[in-house]
This record gives sequence, structure tokens and C-alpha cells, in this order.
Amino acid sequence: MTRELIRKAEGFVALAFCTLAAGLGLFWLVFILGDVLIHGFRALTPALFLSDPAPAGSDGGGLRNAFVGQLLITLAATAIGVPVGVLGGTFLAEYARGRKIARIISVLADIMVSVPSIVIGTFIYAILVKPAGHFSGWAGAVALAIIMIPVVLRTTENMLSLVPWSLREAAFALGAPYYKVIIQIVYRGAATGILTGIILSIARVAGETAPLLFTSFNNSFFSMNMKQPISSLTVTIFQYAMGPYDNWHAQAWAAAFVITFFILMLTLLGRVIIRWRYK
Amino acid sequence: MAKILKKSPADLIFSSVTALASFSIIVFIAGILYVLISESSLAIKQFGVIKFLTSTDWDPVKESFGALTNIYGTMLTTFLSLLLAIPVAIGIAVFVTEIAPGFLKGPIGIAIELLAAIPSIIYGMWGLFTLSPIMANHIEPFLKKTVGGLPLIGMLFEGTPMGIDILTASVILSIMIIPFTASIARDSFNLTPSVVKESAYAIGATKWEVIKNIVMPYSKLGVFGGVVLSLGRALGETMAVAFVLGNNHRITTSLLDAAATITVTLANEFAEADNDVYLSSLFYLALVLFVMSFITLAVAKIFLLKAERKHSQ
Repeated sequence: MTRELIRKAEGFVALAFCTLAAGLGLFWLVFILGDVLIHGFRALTPALFLSDPAPAGSDGGGLRNAFVGQLLITLAATAIGVPVGVLGGTFLAEYARGRKIARIISVLADIMVSVPSIVIGTFIYAILVKPAGHFSGWAGAVALAIIMIPVVLRTTENMLSLVPWSLREAAFALGAPYYKVIIQIVYRGAATGILTGIILSIARVAGETAPLLFTSFNNSFFSMNMKQPISSLTVTIFQYAMGPYDNWHAQAWAAAFVITFFILMLTLLGRVIIRWRYK
Repeated sequence: MAKILKKSPADLIFSSVTALASFSIIVFIAGILYVLISESSLAIKQFGVIKFLTSTDWDPVKESFGALTNIYGTMLTTFLSLLLAIPVAIGIAVFVTEIAPGFLKGPIGIAIELLAAIPSIIYGMWGLFTLSPIMANHIEPFLKKTVGGLPLIGMLFEGTPMGIDILTASVILSIMIIPFTASIARDSFNLTPSVVKESAYAIGATKWEVIKNIVMPYSKLGVFGGVVLSLGRALGETMAVAFVLGNNHRITTSLLDAAATITVTLANEFAEADNDVYLSSLFYLALVLFVMSFITLAVAKIFLLKAERKHSQ
């Protein structure tokens, strides 16, 4: 009888701890998001999007340059990263299917996904910034693309593997060459999955700061020239939050709100598509 | 199969293009290693390997550099954050897979995913503006008062609570890695066949006994892989800690002191390094970090692959 009680009590304590842990996880999420929402929303003004930064220390101004810069860098990174990632994933899932080289590359890609992004920043600094003699938007875009490629590559590989082999055989039987089968049959079958992977990878790189610190650097003026240093939201948040002015802090919160909102929406969109398509 | 079909020239071109794209992964890894080694060659020549790794110097004026303070900071924050994160993460995974009623499973799963999607700079900024004052005014004085007086443990809580220190950085880092660990642990728990669990229930095991004696042993490889993966992530995390760690190149025993990690040093000093040895030493630090995290991640991957293989048998 007592032994039973002890067993029950032990179970109760352990399960209560697990429930508390889940509550704690939820608590952090609400705390962080709530904080960003409250502080960010307060500082959200039209001027934030429409005007460029005021001179340091003076009131007013906005972050138009950072919004535009962030958009340019992310778009350029997507334009570089997505084709390479999708094609690379195609090789692993189709031409190299089942071969050793495919396994090796996908394991390496998995490792690449978690390689510290600041290391990629130093790498790009050495190969693009140092030879050119100055920071540039392109360097930032390439750094983000390198972070993006393994993510897109792995999801593409997985999604293509989900397309039944018999579908390809049906197309082969009609005499279609393999590349046509891939482009017209396999890609079509896996399109939503690949799209989800792309959306999630954009969400991943849009919040990256470390690889931009010494590639695209920062620029307090409005610029759309990708060959020159360009401002990004994330680097601006870092600079403004660490800076001494209240006005800067408020704008950093606002920028944090916008970028968090954008990324969480992309993430949710990706999840919704997956649930809708693969259930 | 594919070989027979790879006849048309267009196919040859397409397959070569895809092959090139996938080999880019190998090129990146080899390229990063090569570039970091060649950029740090000046510092390698000047300080050697052992001396660099064991020297506590970090003096841009005298141009004398060593990595130990940075490695120490990296290891300490990583260790503490894992210590705080693992129990919570496993608790969450148990809750989601075994305890939660059906209608809660989805929302909590999504909450974990959202927590993982929040960019690290948001964690860092929130840490600076919100968590750091709370730590400085409430939690750290409380810790000093309660456990600060104990011998040995008291050493960990010496100094004035400022909120910009190792403890705050580790707490933020732990909040950041909880979702990674939790989602991998959850996936591993889910792989336990329900037949095995049901047999345990049938002989009268309580829910906790099933979790402890069936689910956990069954999924330990996967959970361990997830923990090592989180370790790899924590080693390389920059922005979450850059705001609240100070950038203090000193080895300190107190968790209430500022410190430096490899990533924080890089983030703060890289763009400002004004001479060749300084810059080269920073590249050397990046190389050390790359090797450390690559090995950790490879070990994690081996465990996860082993776990996967075990279940596919």
C-alpha cells in the first residue's frame, strides 16, 4: 500500500514538474513577445517607415534606410540562395539518390545549418570585403545566401524524396528524359513543400545580425547601392539598442517589433502550408 | 536506373548543374576552413597553437593575443545555459508527448516553434532592456543573500550585481536553446512504439514509470543528439549574448562579472581591428570557434543518425 503511494507521489511530482516546464516555456514566449509588442507598438509611427535617421541624439527621424536595405539584402540573398539550394537538393534526391555522395553532402549540409553565422561573416569579410577594400551590400547578401543554401537544399531533398517513384516511372514510360521528368513532374508534385522550405529559410536569414556586422556593415544614410555599405534593420537594432539615446532605444524596439512580426508571420505561413498540404 | 536515362545532352547539362549546386556545400566548408587558416597564419606564426589556446592575454595595444579568456567565456556560458535549459526542455517534451490533452498539443507545439523562430537579436535586446534590470535588482541580490554566503558556491556570486554578466547571458542563451532541445526530444519520444508503452501500462506501470523506464531509455540516443546539437548552437550564438555579457577579457570565478565569448569578441572588435596581428588573431579565434562547433555538430549528427537507424530497423 505505501509503496503504491510512493509510486503515485513520485509520478505526480515528476509530471507536475513537466507541466511547470511547459508553462515556463510558454511564459518566456508571452513575456518576450509581449514586451516587444508593447514597446514596439508605442514607437511605431509613419515617420519610422518614411524618413531617414535624424542626426544622432536629436529627436525624430525614422529607419527608412534600414527597411529598404534589409529588403534589398534579403531579396538578393534569396535570389542567390534559392536556385543553388533547390538545384543542389535536386541532385541529392534525384541523380545521386541512394549514393554515398548524397549522404555525405546531406550530413554536411545539416552541419552547415548550425555553423555559427558569425564565422560565415568573417569568411565573407576575407573573400569579398577585404579585397574590395570596403563593406558592401552584396557581401551581406552572399553571407545570408550561404546560410540559406543548406536549409533550402535539405528541405528540397526531403520534399522531392516524398514524390512517389512510380510517378517518375510513368513519365519515363512516355519517353521523357530525366530532366523533363524532374522539371515537369517532380517539381510540380513537390512545389508546396519546396515553397515552404524557401519561406522558412527567408524567415531564418531575415533575422540574422552577426553575419552582416562586417559584411554589409551599416549606413546612416539612405542608399540603394548594393556595392556600398548598406543599412539593415538587425544591425541598426544592435547599434541603436547599445547606444545612449532614448530615441534610439524606442526606434530599436519598433524595428524589433516589425522584424519579429514579419518573421513569425512567415514561420506560421510555412507551418500552415505544411499542415494543409501534408495531412 | 538513372544511368540509363542520362543520355540526352540536355540531361547531362541539367545533372551537372545540380551536381555543382550541391557540391557548393563542400566548397563552403572547405573554403571557410582554408580562408580562416590562411587569414590567421600571421597569428599562428606569432603565437603558435598551444600558446594561443592557453594564453589569457588579450591586449591590442601590446599586440599580444591569446584565446583562453574567450574560450573560457564560451564554455562557461554554454555549460550554464545547457544546465538551465535541458531539464526544462525535456519537461516540455514529456508534457507535449505524454501529458497534454489533445487540444493543448498543437498550440504548445506551435509556441515552441515560434520561440525557436524569434531572431537572436530580439532575445539579446530583450535581455538588455528587460531581463538585465530584473536580474540586477531582484534575482542576483536574492542569490547573493541566500547561497552567496555558502563556502565555494559563494565564490560564484561575488561582486556587485549589475545585470551585465555571465549569469544573465546564460539565462538568455538557455531560453534560446530550450525550443531546439525540446523539439528534438519531442520527436525522439514520439518514436517510441505505442505497443511497448501499452504493454508497460498493462502490467500496472504508472505514467511516470512508463516515461522513465520505457520512453526515455528508448529515445536516449535521439535526446542526447539533440542536447549536443543545442550545445553546438549555444557555442556559436552571438547576438543573444552580445548585449549582456560586457566584453571583458578576464577569467573570473564569479557569475556576476562581465566576460567575453569568442562570438562576442568577434562582434565587438572585428570591424575595428586596426592592425594586421589584431585582425589575424580575430580570424584565429573564428577558426577555433569553427573547429569547436563543427566537431560538436558532427558528434550530434552521428548520434541522431544512429538513433534514426535504430528506429528504421
